Amino acid sequence: MTLASESVANATAQPGVYVRKEPSPDLPPPLLESGWIAWVRNNLFSSIPNAVLTLLGLYAIYLVAVPVVNFLFIDAVWSGSNRDACLAANVGRPVGSCWPFVTNRIGYYIYGQYPLSERWRVNLTFVMAAVGIAWMLWPRAPLRVWGALYFFLVFPVSAFFLLLGARWLGLPPVSTNLWGGVLVTMVLSLIGIVFSLPFGILLALGRRSRLPFVRFASVVFIEFVRGVPLITVLFMSNRMLPLFLSQGMQPDALLRVIIGIALFSAAYMAEVVRGGLQAMPRGQYEGAQSLGLGYWQSMVFIILPQALKLVIPGIVNTFIGLFKDTSLVTIVGIFDFLTTVQVSMNDPNWATPVTSYTGYAFAALFYFVCCYAMALYSQSMERRLAKADKR
Amino acid sequence: MKRTILCLALGTAAAFAATTASAATLDTIKQKGMLTCGSNPGLAGFGIPDDKGNWTGLDVDLCRAIAAAVLNDPSKVKFLPLTAKDRFTALQSGEVDVLVRNSTWTMQRDTQLGITFTGVNYYDGQGFMVKKKLNVSSALELNGASVCTQQGTTTELNLADFFHANKMKYEVVAFQSADETIKAYDAGRCDAFTTDASGLYSERLKLKDPDENIVLPEIISKEPLGPAVRKGDDQWFSIVKWVGFAMVNAEELGVTKANVDEMLKSTNPEVKRLLGVDGNFGESIGLTKDWVVRIIKAVGNYGESFERNVGQGSPLKIKRGLNALWNKGGIQYAPPIR
Repeated sequence: MTLASESVANATAQPGVYVRKEPSPDLPPPLLESGWIAWVRNNLFSSIPNAVLTLLGLYAIYLVAVPVVNFLFIDAVWSGSNRDACLAANVGRPVGSCWPFVTNRIGYYIYGQYPLSERWRVNLTFVMAAVGIAWMLWPRAPLRVWGALYFFLVFPVSAFFLLLGARWLGLPPVSTNLWGGVLVTMVLSLIGIVFSLPFGILLALGRRSRLPFVRFASVVFIEFVRGVPLITVLFMSNRMLPLFLSQGMQPDALLRVIIGIALFSAAYMAEVVRGGLQAMPRGQYEGAQSLGLGYWQSMVFIILPQALKLVIPGIVNTFIGLFKDTSLVTIVGIFDFLTTVQVSMNDPNWATPVTSYTGYAFAALFYFVCCYAMALYSQSMERRLAKADKR
Repeated sequence: MKRTILCLALGTAAAFAATTASAATLDTIKQKGMLTCGSNPGLAGFGIPDDKGNWTGLDVDLCRAIAAAVLNDPSKVKFLPLTAKDRFTALQSGEVDVLVRNSTWTMQRDTQLGITFTGVNYYDGQGFMVKKKLNVSSALELNGASVCTQQGTTTELNLADFFHANKMKYEVVAFQSADETIKAYDAGRCDAFTTDASGLYSERLKLKDPDENIVLPEIISKEPLGPAVRKGDDQWFSIVKWVGFAMVNAEELGVTKANVDEMLKSTNPEVKRLLGVDGNFGESIGLTKDWVVRIIKAVGNYGESFERNVGQGSPLKIKRGLNALWNKGGIQYAPPIR
């Protein structure tokens, strides 16, 4: 018993004397030690150099943010039907971004030259893809086995016939040279992502295999593909390959590019996965063996689940790189999203001093939203899987 | 230099490949039911997709005219957008049947690459644009000027030749892309802007104040732009060549998209031969008698196509100039159909 509580106990013994029965409530800490003021003082102005850095940082943000907001929103032109709407002389003030240039040509950015009357097929494909992706990625979604069946079998087959067309379904054929914009970007990156992971895992296992031929073949493939720029692969497949094949024997240009991109990213993926495999302690392999599991069983049930969890950041990194690399297909005459935006900038109906800035701002927004969504998902995935380590 | 060697190597390889692949292009196209046309990925007025994704432009019209003549349907064209680097490779390898991509007809290209040009659908040339306030009215007054241009193109070489020949001093300010170049000129980084004259008009639209800039009269290089086909298929060469000539002849004889049906009743013997009322000129190149009627119904005559895509009917507003008919002060001249 402390001295203070002893004296309280003595006081209660004497009647008629006011006695506090409970401890008085805590006073709030001084304003300067709590709340946002304290936070600011502790984190931003804790010392003179920190205060200077904070002020400089704020000034830098001010320098960038004000013109950006001005350009994108305050000075922007929101409606119009041709370049006249976005000329400073007609508007009577400095013009920021020319949004009607985007809204007017948005159909071209999304579908490329896909025929107007058939664009519902692309929309339906997008919806089907969104359903499949959500089903696969949401951990608590019902019937995920059916989701996998849908995403890896039903969806690709129906998308194939929807987009390309099929006479027996009453869908007029649309050849791939008419595809463009977001459609092409999505087709390339989705197929690239879905194929590169399994291929990459096989290659990574192959590179660590004890069979000399398998190991040699994997090493040659990975090193050769990584040693060549993607542009070269695309150029070879689309411009040189036809020289060596007889006319009429040429595979579809988009197909050649898809195969090129999938193989290319598989080689990068293989090295990411191999990093995870090497981080596995030897005990895990031995433990699997001591349970009597064979090679494939131990890989599928013991090693890969742990190894892949370790390298999620690397895998998503490769996916994001792949997504943005799809814009390189422009050099072989395939119009991905970025190319449709760039080509539109040359349209004389919309040529103004701000047209190209507007186009690039819109393209940047699109790529950022897509890539950041991937990053957010991978972070939530990491948090979910990390629960096992915290026990 | 490296690029030249690569081009030559590709050309030689392609020339060997092409000799085996020169089987009648016309038959292949009819069999496929589709003409494949190498086009510019996006050049205002010559080949660019509009907001609905339809290709438009002077070069595009020529492709549609060929498709109308051969397949009786101007929409049966597959446009393959090609960069400047791989356009000739694509033609050599047979990926495209005809290349109509604002390509300059030069001796090297015509003789060493296994391809051959069929004519000129636009006479272009390099020109200058300056700010009005400089008070310059001729390129010969540009001594000591700084000139904005795009890196690594022939414009840079032509510029050097021109200033050297006229013993003038100049300073090049070169940029990677056309967009950067025009923005730099607009921001006052240089006194003059140079590119092909047709490009000057489309780039001018991107300026803050287009009316404060003028295009100088001097044209310092010859850039005859025209369609090209693979060597070794004379019939296909004739078809592409005469589709171009037919459009020019139609303009000369006053046959337009609007009046072509009336013109079928014309008594003018030249019109009768052009439209296949008399004679059998279409069949001599593997087509049908009324080939020109189909062309005109699809895209109109040369003048109509010009005005619609680059002339007064378009935002570019390029004057006919050299591209006017030979009897109207220009040099567009087509041999007669007889």
